[in-house]
Amino acid sequence: MASRFTVSNRTGWLMAGPAVLLIAGFVILPFLLAVGLSFTNQRLVSPNPTEFVGLANYNQLLDLALLTVEPLKDDAGQTVLKDGVPEYPPIRSLTRNNPDRPDLNGMREWFSFSSGGDARLVVLARDVVFMKAIVNTFTFVIVVAPVQAGLALCLALLINQRLKGINIFRAIYFMPVVVSIVVVSLLWRLIYDGQSGLLNNLLGTLSFGMIPPIDWLGNPSTALGSIIAMSIWQAVGFHMVIWLSGLQTISPTLYEAAAIEGASKWQVFRYITWPGLRNTAVLILIVITMQAFGLFAQIDVMTNGGPLDSTHTIVFQAIERGYGKQDISGGSTISVILFVIVLSISLIQRWLTREKS
Amino acid sequence: MALISPDNRGLRLATRYAVLVLIAVIFIFPLVFMLMSSLKPDQQLLLDSGSLRAFMPVGDISLENYSAAFRRAPVATFIFNSVLVTGITVVLSLAICSAAGFAFVFVNWKGRGVMLSILLATLIIPFETTAIPLLLLASKLPWIGLDGITWGWLNSYRVQIVPFIADGLTIYLFVQYFKDLPHELVEAARVEGASWPQIYRKIVMPLSGPILATAAILKFLVMYNQYLWPLMVTQEEGYRPVMVGLQYFFQLNVAWGEVMAYLSMITVPVLAFYLYLQKAFIASIASTGVKG
Amino acid sequence: MNAFKLAASVAVMAWASAAHSAETLTMWYHGAGNEVESKIINQIITDFNGSQSDWKVELQSFPQAAYNDSVVAGALAGNLPDILDVDGPNMPNWAWAGYMQPLKIDETKIANFLPGTKGVWNGQLYSIGLWDAAVALVTRKSTLEELKLRTPTVDAPWTKDEFMAALDAAKASGKWEYALDLGTAWTGEWYPYAFSPFLQSFGGDIVDRSTYKTAEGALNGDAALAFGEWWQGLFKNGYAQATQDPADRDGGFAAGKYAFSWNGNWAALGALSAFEDTVFLPAPDFGNGPKIGAASWQFGVSANSKHPEGAAAFIEFALQDKYLADFSNGIGLIPATPTAAAMVDNYKEGGPLAVFADYSNKSGLVRPVTPGYLVQAKVFEKAAADIANGADVAATLDAAVDEINADIEKNNGYGH
Repeated sequence: MASRFTVSNRTGWLMAGPAVLLIAGFVILPFLLAVGLSFTNQRLVSPNPTEFVGLANYNQLLDLALLTVEPLKDDAGQTVLKDGVPEYPPIRSLTRNNPDRPDLNGMREWFSFSSGGDARLVVLARDVVFMKAIVNTFTFVIVVAPVQAGLALCLALLINQRLKGINIFRAIYFMPVVVSIVVVSLLWRLIYDGQSGLLNNLLGTLSFGMIPPIDWLGNPSTALGSIIAMSIWQAVGFHMVIWLSGLQTISPTLYEAAAIEGASKWQVFRYITWPGLRNTAVLILIVITMQAFGLFAQIDVMTNGGPLDSTHTIVFQAIERGYGKQDISGGSTISVILFVIVLSISLIQRWLTREKS
Repeated sequence: MALISPDNRGLRLATRYAVLVLIAVIFIFPLVFMLMSSLKPDQQLLLDSGSLRAFMPVGDISLENYSAAFRRAPVATFIFNSVLVTGITVVLSLAICSAAGFAFVFVNWKGRGVMLSILLATLIIPFETTAIPLLLLASKLPWIGLDGITWGWLNSYRVQIVPFIADGLTIYLFVQYFKDLPHELVEAARVEGASWPQIYRKIVMPLSGPILATAAILKFLVMYNQYLWPLMVTQEEGYRPVMVGLQYFFQLNVAWGEVMAYLSMITVPVLAFYLYLQKAFIASIASTGVKG
Repeated sequence: MNAFKLAASVAVMAWASAAHSAETLTMWYHGAGNEVESKIINQIITDFNGSQSDWKVELQSFPQAAYNDSVVAGALAGNLPDILDVDGPNMPNWAWAGYMQPLKIDETKIANFLPGTKGVWNGQLYSIGLWDAAVALVTRKSTLEELKLRTPTVDAPWTKDEFMAALDAAKASGKWEYALDLGTAWTGEWYPYAFSPFLQSFGGDIVDRSTYKTAEGALNGDAALAFGEWWQGLFKNGYAQATQDPADRDGGFAAGKYAFSWNGNWAALGALSAFEDTVFLPAPDFGNGPKIGAASWQFGVSANSKHPEGAAAFIEFALQDKYLADFSNGIGLIPATPTAAAMVDNYKEGGPLAVFADYSNKSGLVRPVTPGYLVQAKVFEKAAADIANGADVAATLDAAVDEINADIEKNNGYGH
């Protein structure tokens, strides 16, 4: 790849040096400071001295416990039934001021499942909201990465044809990208409005009133989905452009050869286009994953993490704590956890997409 | 091919356009909504927002929201600041990151592999994480200017520019792209005695139109949408960018018409930048021909 | 020789004029983007700068939504102005953190100020407000008549049952989309400001004010649970919306969508212009008297000001009745003194908004006076929103208590 015969240390450092220095000073150094903060009790605003607290911040966020809950029994030792199902004692009676399990104090139910029989297994978390934020973030990434990359590729193929006025369409498809995500979120909040929003009116009209108005952002089961749809809508044009620049690098002689051979459209895509997009595909997947993990602005403008924590995300939590609640050490801890998560994923991604040669 | 009758071809063409237009509608409707709303008084804007009237310049149409926005905030200053900061950052970023990408891909030097891995790892660090330590740093950095050495970068353009010139993602974009370039060209130039800067300037850069455009757009968007950082480092109104300015419009009772007018105005520079780049982008592809 | 003389005299003159030139005081204010507010504050500064030659105040305005973040960033970077403006409930946090210093002004000058305008922490005055805000239940006289409802007064407010009966009547009439507009669209400080007084009227609180060291019992005791159940019922039974379109908050009452609206006096003039027969009712009494939030924006001196006496001089200057009246006329808030109120058409005896001053005086309650309020407010907001959206009341309040207590502990008791 690089010049195999000559070594040019001076040129290499001179050309890469400015970028290396800037990143070291303005990204790496502050990040190391943030990592340091995550082991302290530092507050954004406080007269108290900073103390080293070890892994306390990590423990506070990630601590989980398993609890087996037996159904309530009446005096005769019979399981109490309510509407035909066994009734269980409230979790708070087991976690709060329970002399048998002081370690559970301050923990809440995250989710529970049946373990066979009447007993239920309850997973407790010290920070349920953070756990939900992790799940929501992963949901977002897992849906957005393939869907957005796929749609962007379809758009790129569609727009990569010789047609009159195609540039206009290209510009239009790209337009949402140039509008700030904050602005887009504001606009869509009006569109998603629960009563008189555009989307509800449209669905109502198309279905002749069969579909009742839905409170898209106010309902825990639709809020994250609505944000996902909007996010894809906003960013897909950008990835379309990256795909396009990849498409442009494929030599037309290959297509000419394929035409002479009489290849079908699918064959052309499968054997010429797709292999030619390999590096682009890796790039797009990584960029989308990074951006998706950073999900914040949409949440901040549209839902504030609600309703019922259904749209809390990792970065939203980091900012909410670090700035909103002035707990900069807690916010830094979340960021470090995010860094570790994303680093592991990108290592896996790189391993999966490595060049097998 | 020859079997397709002219009628059939016309039909196919019409279908193609129909698909393109349908998709275009999906992408453009909120922007039309924004633009049309910016022309309407608040009361009407909200009434219209649920129907097709939201997309039509109907009712009490005027530019009143625009003049009201100018009365409320120094809109021109904000746009100027954002364009200046963004423009300078984009240009410096393209120069410095493409040079780094070039060094990583084409030049053989000690430390190359390690440095690249470290730089790429930084692309996962969310900015919000580093903002507070960076603020503490920026408030103490020295600067040599006309009035000698001064300490602290707060309330300046440089504090909004310098930390964002180099970033892992931009370097990564260049590295991925350069890997695909025909290396024989570079090898041949070396054999003929060209220097590295010459190869960078005369051979690699002219082939890099598409990636320069992509990197520029990405950087432009990031910089133009900055909010948290400028909020922390600019206490003086004269240095504030557009996204901080947006907050001027969110008083207790939001003046939606003015918000829409402001949003329309701050969107124009980005759109213009993209349209300009798209032209340059297509021209560069046309002029270099397709490589391979 | 001449040249030397000239140089010397120039130097002397420069020195002399420096000695007489005013010291600059910087000031931050949250009113950027609000024309009326900016105009009044600029007028005060111009008057002050013209009234004496020791000090010259220079203003830097910030948009309200970004103001607190700007101050915290400025403090971290060691770059605070001399004079700060601060939202009342935030003051203890900034004072405790060392951003502010006690305000040394003539106490007699503020003797007749509304209680909510005085920012006191640790027994010392840190900030003083030129106005206070108040919340009322906004409705129309015609609505009361139509639904055959007694008109409550601050001395004889609606009980919980009367209030619920009023909502029932409004709902049953079918004339409105919702009986009650609570303003759930206004996320942020509105929640603790407007809704925690309900909790306090039930007998609970965000934190135990006797020690400020725990929320146990206050926020999850019986009174708080009763509040939670009632609060959840408002939404579950369709009286109010848990998620509201911001546009409905701004214009819904005027458009006739709501029978009652829980709103602040800053929105009162708008309501009056929509309906001439608009009336402002006091908060209902849920058992411990009617309660509304008190304390609004106030002025104080930053800790690293080199000229606290100059800053105090400016603040004292700004406390004149005519400026209090100007602000009230401009932004509709309650003037801090009765004498200033008499100068304002809206608040003078018999004025359309005069009831707000009465409510503020008789039912105003400041939010918990503790540096921890900043976090407690956010925790309360989340709990209120979650309960409104159907979360389990007891579990949600317990979680809120745990979070508040953990925060107090993490901050070594916030100096209480």
